[in-house]
Amino acid sequence: MATIATPTHAGSGSTAASAENTGIWSWITTVDHKRIGTLYLWTALFFFMVGGLEAVLIRTQLMRPNMGFVSAETYNQLFTMHGTTMVFLAVMPLSAAFFNYLIPLQIGARDVAFPRLNAFSYWVYLLGGIFITLPILFQIAPDGGWFGYAPLTTNQFSAGPNIDFWVIGLQILGVSSLAAAFNFITTIINLRAPGMSLMRLPMFTWMSFVVQFLLVLAFPPITVALVFLLFDRFFGTTFYSIAAGADPLLWQHLFWVFGHPEVYILILPAFGLVSEVLPTFSKKPLFGYNVMVYSGIMIGFLGFGVWAHHMFAVGMGAVADSIFATMTMLIAIPTGVKIFNWIATMWAGEIRFTVPMKFAIALIAMFTIGGISGVMHSSAPADLQQTDTYFIVAHFHYVLFGGSIMGIFAGIYHYYPKMTGRFMNEGLGNVHFWLNLIGMNLTFFPMHFSGLLGMPRRVYQYDAGQGWDLFNLMSTYGTYLLVVATAVFIWNFVRSRTTGAVASGDPWGAATLEWSIPSPPPEYNFAKIPTVTSRSPLWDLKHPEMSAGADHSAADSAAIEAAHSTPMHEETETYTAKELGIPMPFPTAKPLFTAVGMVVMFSGLLFLRNGMFAVSMTITLTGAAMLIGGLYAWLTAPLE
Amino acid sequence: MSSHTAAAHASGAHGAHGHDDGHAHVHYTTTGLDNRKIAIWTFIGSECMLFASLISTYLIYKGKSVVGPFPHEAWTSETGQVFKPILDIPVTSASTFVLLMSSFAMVLALQAVQLKGKPLAAGAGWWERIQRSSQFWLAATALMGATFLGFQAYEFTSFVHEGLTIKTNLFGSSFFTLTGFHGAHVTVGVLWLMTLLWIDRTRGLAGKNDELLVDICALYWHFVDVVWIAIFTLIYLIQ
Amino acid sequence: MSHDAKHDGHAEHHHPTGNQYLTIAIILTAITVVEVWAYYIPSLVASPLFNPALLFMSAVKFAIVCLFYMHLKFDHKLFRVVFTGSLIIAMCTLMALMFLFGKVSL
Repeated sequence: MATIATPTHAGSGSTAASAENTGIWSWITTVDHKRIGTLYLWTALFFFMVGGLEAVLIRTQLMRPNMGFVSAETYNQLFTMHGTTMVFLAVMPLSAAFFNYLIPLQIGARDVAFPRLNAFSYWVYLLGGIFITLPILFQIAPDGGWFGYAPLTTNQFSAGPNIDFWVIGLQILGVSSLAAAFNFITTIINLRAPGMSLMRLPMFTWMSFVVQFLLVLAFPPITVALVFLLFDRFFGTTFYSIAAGADPLLWQHLFWVFGHPEVYILILPAFGLVSEVLPTFSKKPLFGYNVMVYSGIMIGFLGFGVWAHHMFAVGMGAVADSIFATMTMLIAIPTGVKIFNWIATMWAGEIRFTVPMKFAIALIAMFTIGGISGVMHSSAPADLQQTDTYFIVAHFHYVLFGGSIMGIFAGIYHYYPKMTGRFMNEGLGNVHFWLNLIGMNLTFFPMHFSGLLGMPRRVYQYDAGQGWDLFNLMSTYGTYLLVVATAVFIWNFVRSRTTGAVASGDPWGAATLEWSIPSPPPEYNFAKIPTVTSRSPLWDLKHPEMSAGADHSAADSAAIEAAHSTPMHEETETYTAKELGIPMPFPTAKPLFTAVGMVVMFSGLLFLRNGMFAVSMTITLTGAAMLIGGLYAWLTAPLE
Repeated sequence: MSSHTAAAHASGAHGAHGHDDGHAHVHYTTTGLDNRKIAIWTFIGSECMLFASLISTYLIYKGKSVVGPFPHEAWTSETGQVFKPILDIPVTSASTFVLLMSSFAMVLALQAVQLKGKPLAAGAGWWERIQRSSQFWLAATALMGATFLGFQAYEFTSFVHEGLTIKTNLFGSSFFTLTGFHGAHVTVGVLWLMTLLWIDRTRGLAGKNDELLVDICALYWHFVDVVWIAIFTLIYLIQ
Repeated sequence: MSHDAKHDGHAEHHHPTGNQYLTIAIILTAITVVEVWAYYIPSLVASPLFNPALLFMSAVKFAIVCLFYMHLKFDHKLFRVVFTGSLIIAMCTLMALMFLFGKVSL
């Protein structure tokens, strides 16, 4: 029954000749964090393209005044799904791809704390993503905005099944994120290699650690808000029913209590990736590591106290407005601190303008622009003009596209050699970068102007002559440029797996543990669990002049000596887990089975509102049986 | 079922049998703590936010229902039907007491597993002896939990009988959702306890790994009790 | 290659005894009795002290169960940090929502 899974990788890397698990079944039953990270990456890139397509359709409709390219209802579905897809199915899972792939490698662990739960998280994401995306093919996609304000999304105003897909889909996706968060918190706390204190964690892992806590605390409020909406729609409760005395702001508050920490969930991993890339290509340690850690924690903590800045126009009163405005301005401080620390990292460094470096630097610039408009929103009176206009759209696309996405691209180019053993093509990468940068700015910069001139969000047509025409045209052309850029990227991403230049274990001369093992890593990651001697453990061994400033205790120095005299396995040597006597977790399809059961169970609800009670019950109970059966089998089966 | 419970179970409610003490394959940990214990506390932290959101909604909507019945006041409908204050404090006090005592039983169940293998002092009385029976205390906890659920079922049905359903008004919606979620958590806990009891009856619970399994269940159970302490005060006693 | 646990996470730190747990159970019962008893004294209910007193008593019960039954007092500091941190954010959110919906005034 036990099979040792040794993944094959396109191209070179693993020279271990042993029982190989290839093919679909090995991917379906994988519990290896690296494979799961790869699954997340491919799936998320797919959904990124889906969300991009939705954006292209939106921008085509808005290219000129009063176009009839799509109907108003279709337009509503497009902007709803664009937002929902990008937030929940693209950016968050792209971050998850890196959490999965990198965190165990960076902390010197062999896998996450709960490998099967990890697989479960992915499958739930995949199935949830399909669940919430499929309706668009039948033109019944969610159409209430990505933030689904009730009472608009109650039965009274949204009678069709569209919102049902949204409510149920988000609940499913929430389970995925929460399960993963429990996993990574435990992993980062408990599976760090000896010598890796919290203040020696690589920045990506630190930022990810903060993000996991944000997930764990922010998802429950939206779960509750969605439960209320679900109950209202399916069981006739009164949570959002104005006639019964409900408060129209309940949804908004509960949603944004989640929604604001959510945006920090979206950006902090990208910040972490930038903090890995910049020092490597500046040949300098990160400037102000301690401050970077504390500012990340502050952002996470303060992020729970600013949510109502999304609601300045609803009439909360001067006291509430002022408090939230102040808190919002406050949170700009730890964020701004990071920008300066990154610049200081590069200052007087030996800069190599590789593609990942370009993306990292671009993030600093683009996020700063987005941050400036963000601070402008934080003033409640000013926001009264800006809210619900394209000025806001400009802001969040600068921070999400110019921030999160660019950071993620930096991470992909940077870590692609580690994951596949090959470099992505630098020439194509440069083309991608410049088209992306120009396209992004061409698309979103004009929106500052059309927004301030009053162009509202989420309206499918606009009249000519209001001063918006040229800006919309520019935005649409910018979008088409982004399509080309993305196509170049995807081509490069797919092709380099087989044709890219071969990469060693440490192709960039980086500082952290993930670069101390072969590219791609063997299934067990580390042949010998390393002893960590500073924040830059690899520099300690290979480029001691780089970490000369590090505080090495006597124990650290002894460990470095020992590592020199009895070297770890050479990067190019790989052995199988069996040869090394490392027990590996058994591959299993039980997490997938359980995930399917859960999604089927939720799907049963869809039939309730159509009066198909028997059908609904059958499906729900079947799903529940699968869920419970799968869980039982999973929990009683040994891990390894 | 709360979207949390699947994750809670998946995070290792029962653990892998391959980790029995006789087969000690011990993994390195940074803190010396078990992964599953860290995970359950994180889960509990998350649940704090879940119940805080549900309780907040109840409190926000308190006094805002357009029609009755109401929790603490009588109300006459337009048709002349009279509704007395619907909350039954004596009954709920009893169920609260039962749940509170179930936490006591749970603590003793964990202790019993921890004491396995330790010799009983000479001249030990019935109290010392009964503390050694994990099966007794697991069963007692489960039974008290089930009793609490019985009280809840009685309460829900009598409310419906008296004219308060989940659809009736803001009070009904928020009350039944909040206490329903809590009751669902208790139900999961009772099933968990019964599973542990069954394991105890078949292969017996003893040793560090089994202590951890019971410990995780206990933490979950106590948390569910603690949430009820908050609910009892905020919903039933405060007017 | 397997590694031993750094140290036995279940080391023998102080456990309350069965009798101490019983004492705690009695205390919890007593507080509950007082709470319910207060509910039936109309003059108490009407006074502005009623709500704060009830909240205080519940908080004490909450703390006792967490510290002793859930063993937070005796366990690794990590659990206290995770739990209290989450609890603080939850409480602050609840109180902020109370204020925003006009249930309390500053």
